[in-house]
Amino acid sequence: MTIQVAAPAEAEAKPRYKLAMYWASACGGCDVAVLNLGMKLIEFTERWEPVFWPAAMDGKRADVRAMDDGEIDVCLFDGGIRTDEDAEMAHLLRAKSKVLVAFGSCASEGCIPGLANQRSIEHVLAAAYDPELNDVTDGQVPNGPWESPYGELHLPTLQVRLQTLAQVVDIDYSVPGCPPETERIAEVLGAVTAALDGTGPLPPKGAVLGAGTSTVCDECKRERGVKSIKEFKRIQTLAEVDPDLCLLEQGLPCCGPAARDGCGAKCPAAGAPCIGCYGATQGVNDFGARLLSAYASVVDASEPEEIERILAGLPDTVGQFYRFSLAASLLHGGRS
Amino acid sequence: MTAPMTTPQTSAMAPAVTAQPFEPLILGFTCNWCSYRAADLAGTSRIKYPDNVRLIRLMCSGRMEPEFILEGFAKGADAVIMTGCWPEDCHYRIQSVKALRRFLFLRRMLSDLGIEPARLQRFYASAAEGKRFADEMTRIVAEVKALGPIPPEIRVTLAAEPAAPAPVAEPVEVEA
Repeated sequence: MTIQVAAPAEAEAKPRYKLAMYWASACGGCDVAVLNLGMKLIEFTERWEPVFWPAAMDGKRADVRAMDDGEIDVCLFDGGIRTDEDAEMAHLLRAKSKVLVAFGSCASEGCIPGLANQRSIEHVLAAAYDPELNDVTDGQVPNGPWESPYGELHLPTLQVRLQTLAQVVDIDYSVPGCPPETERIAEVLGAVTAALDGTGPLPPKGAVLGAGTSTVCDECKRERGVKSIKEFKRIQTLAEVDPDLCLLEQGLPCCGPAARDGCGAKCPAAGAPCIGCYGATQGVNDFGARLLSAYASVVDASEPEEIERILAGLPDTVGQFYRFSLAASLLHGGRS
Repeated sequence: MTAPMTTPQTSAMAPAVTAQPFEPLILGFTCNWCSYRAADLAGTSRIKYPDNVRLIRLMCSGRMEPEFILEGFAKGADAVIMTGCWPEDCHYRIQSVKALRRFLFLRRMLSDLGIEPARLQRFYASAAEGKRFADEMTRIVAEVKALGPIPPEIRVTLAAEPAAPAPVAEPVEVEA
C-alpha cells in the first residue's frame, strides 16, 4: 500500500488546523474508531495537527490550560460527564476550542454509563466496590480524595448523575454512534476541513454530523411486511433467524424504528437486532417513548392480560428502550 | 374546604405545622368524541370533581404519544390520566386499543424508572357518562394525594446540580 502524500507546494499553501480529542467517562472505543482510519489518518495529519489526545499521545491538563482561548480549531469530546474532573475538562476544552463536537454516544446522549442514572451514587459505588468482587480497596468505597493502603490518591468525585456534554457546556455539533462508524468519521473530518478552508458549507450549529435523518429501518435491506407480534423472543432461543425477513416481525426487539440511520444497518444485516446506538432519529425528543410507541403498535393483542403477557417478554424495559439514551431522555435527562 | 388562614407570624414560627396540604398537579388527556363530551356533560350537569386535573383534548386517545406523557411528568405533573372511548365505540376503529397497549407498556416502563404505576391511569367514558367521568377523577385525585409528590431524585433538573465545578487550587500535575 502506498501512502498518498500531497505535493509539498500544495501542502504548504493550505493551513494546518489544530485538533484535540478527549475522553471523559468513556470506554475509549471512540478513540479507537478514529485510529481505525488507518492510512486515512496519516493523510488527515497533513491538514490536522493533534495538539491534545490522551488516548494516542502524551499530554497533560496543564498543556491545555497553557493554550489561548479558542486556540484549538476542533475538539472531538467523547464520553459523558460523570465526575467533577469530566466537568472541569468539558469547561476547559470548551473555552480552548473554536468548535466543540460531542463525539460518540456517551457525549451525545449518555450511552451505557448513562444507565447508572437509574440509581443513586451510593448504589453505584456499592456495586462497583462490592467486597465480594474486589479486595483492592480493603472494604472501603473511595469517591474523591482517598487514603488508600498505597498512599493518598486524588480520585475524581462522582456527580449526582451522568450528564451529556450538551447538558454541561454549549456544543457546536454532535456525532452519534457507539462508536461512530469509521467511514462516517472520515466524512465528518473531510467536511469540517472543507468548511474551515472555506470550500464547503459550514453545517448549522447544533447539527448532527456523520448520520442521516431517517431511521435504521430505512437503511435495512430486510423485507418488511405488516408486523404483528404475538411474543417478544430472545435471539438465543431461536433455532434460526430468517435471513431476509424483518427482525421485529420475527419477534426480536429491534430498535430500528426509532434509531437514527447512518451506520449502514450493519447489525440487522448480520442477523442481530439494532440496539439503537445512533440515538433517536431527527425530530424525536425521547428515544424510549418513540420505540415504545412503535412496539405497542405492532403487538397483536387487545385484552390487557394478553398485552401484559407479551410485554413480559421484555424483562428490562429501561435497558430495552433507553440502552444508549437514558441520560438524554425526558425523565432522566436533566433538561428540566 | 379552604385551609384556615394563618398570620405571617404564626406560619414563620411553625412552618412545618402550617405547611400546605399536598395538591397534586394532574394532566388529563381526553378524546374528542367520548371522554371530552363526558367532561362536558359533568360540567353542564354541575357535577363537581377536584380541580387538580388539567384537561387536554386530543382527537383520539390513539393520538396520545408516549412522549407527551413523559414530557408531562418531566415538566411537573404528579400524575397523568389517559381517557378515551370504550374500545367498541372508538371513532377511529382500533385506536382506543392501541392506546391501551401504549398505556400498559408505558406504565411498566415508568414503574421501572421509579414512577409508581398509580401515577399513570386510564379509564373509558362515553359521552353519556359524565357522572362516571367525575367519579373516576375524584378517585384518582385521592389516590395521587395519598402517594404524595414524585421524589425529587426521580425528576432531576439541571438547576439542582452544579453545572460548573467549584474553582479549585491548581492541582499538582503528576508526571507519568
